[in-house]
Amino acid sequence: MAQTRKSQLVDPLIDNNPITLQVLGICSALAVTSSLSVAFVMAIAVTLVTGFSSLFISMLRNQIPSSIRIIVQMVIIASLVILVDQVLKAYAYEISKTLSVFVGLIITNCIVMGRAEAFAMSNPPVASFIDGVGNGLGYGVILMTVGVIRELFGSGSLFGITILETVNNGGWYVPNGLLLLPPSAFFVIGLLIWAIRTWKPKQVEEREYKIQTVEAH
Amino acid sequence: MPDANEKKGLIRRFLDMPNDSVGKTVFVAVTLCLVASMIVSAAAVSLRPVQQANALRDKQSNVLQVAGVYDPNVSVAEAFEAMEPHVLELDTGEFTDQFEIDTFDELAAKGDPAIIRALDEDPAGLGGSMQAFRMVYILRSEDGGIDKVILPIEGYGLWSTLYGFIALEENGNDIYGLQFYQHGETPGLGAEVDNPRWKALWNGKKLRDEDGDLQITVAKTPPAAGREYYIDALAGATLTSRGVDNLVRFWMGEQGYGPFLERLKAGEI
Repeated sequence: MAQTRKSQLVDPLIDNNPITLQVLGICSALAVTSSLSVAFVMAIAVTLVTGFSSLFISMLRNQIPSSIRIIVQMVIIASLVILVDQVLKAYAYEISKTLSVFVGLIITNCIVMGRAEAFAMSNPPVASFIDGVGNGLGYGVILMTVGVIRELFGSGSLFGITILETVNNGGWYVPNGLLLLPPSAFFVIGLLIWAIRTWKPKQVEEREYKIQTVEAH
Repeated sequence: MPDANEKKGLIRRFLDMPNDSVGKTVFVAVTLCLVASMIVSAAAVSLRPVQQANALRDKQSNVLQVAGVYDPNVSVAEAFEAMEPHVLELDTGEFTDQFEIDTFDELAAKGDPAIIRALDEDPAGLGGSMQAFRMVYILRSEDGGIDKVILPIEGYGLWSTLYGFIALEENGNDIYGLQFYQHGETPGLGAEVDNPRWKALWNGKKLRDEDGDLQITVAKTPPAAGREYYIDALAGATLTSRGVDNLVRFWMGEQGYGPFLERLKAGEI
């Protein structure tokens, strides 16, 4: 099935979203979404890493021996992640301080490996790059959505700017502490998956089993 | 250039090998590792000066903030010149000049054994050892007397070691401010140690009572000693608050800056 460039970029946003449909990259989605600015930087970082790792892996795809292909992919991804980490430390020090360990963990983000293995190993470079960027953006969309919910109701602010004045600062809003803890992202992502699958029933997976009716003896 | 041709011929030979042959596998692995490591180390080396400048500026701006002299309109490096750095020997409470001020931070960061000492009791969760020498800063008033001293403190909270500074008035007993510049506590709960309203609670509190006993407490209820020694604990962050309580009491006590504070009080500094 031939995909157009545009659909490669747009499909992963909702229709084939890496988090809500492929259910990949959940771990970091739990960890970095308690504040929006951190989620935003993380989304950009993952988009860059998926895009460029897909590009480079696709460029090398005809030379990679299949016995070490996962290691080759890991080396490329890890190098890119270290680059991103170093650049953040140099030019966005404040954010890198809150993000540091999670930037390193992009290496283990299943979305990056997933796209490298599923798409870039068998497609030309430009298509792979667009696919990687699309999936990174799809990850980013969910990250930002979850981030808005968690930061707004958890700390009463968006991007650090106070929207709902919290009681701690002399306002009226009693923040929901649960939303600041990682498990709350599970609930939010779960509800998102439910909402998206209600909107697009095609995404609902078929059952792997049939409920059998036992006839009464 | 026969040399280049020969080299090209060698690479071509490898590239033309079947992908799954041993030679090709080794060739791809070695080449990839070489290229990747060169890119990574080039980035690390070329960006290091900027990163170090960032880290230094961040630390300096925290020293300025805790002393209440931070002004966003003045460059941090310029404002920081007002700070007088000293290397302090904790045991004696005396300044020492056996280390270079400029390179002391580097030495401390490396954990040089010459400046590390073991701890008998470790209430602040420092991992059983601490630095026997610390870089402290003195802010002088216009007449040249001591206005404030800024002391680095650290200790374990709930998830992470909190690193910060405490600023004391010239009598070595009144707290001017306390601020953490690096920690990994829960956002919204333990990370409220960064909340300006909570930090403001420290201003004007006293460390010791008239008998010289350490009374400063971070707790849910005021201690018997009185409210001037009491900082209200953070709601929903019992363990972080307890960590802060422990680390402040540790650093202000005998194993920490106790000897120095006594000399400061006696006017010997």
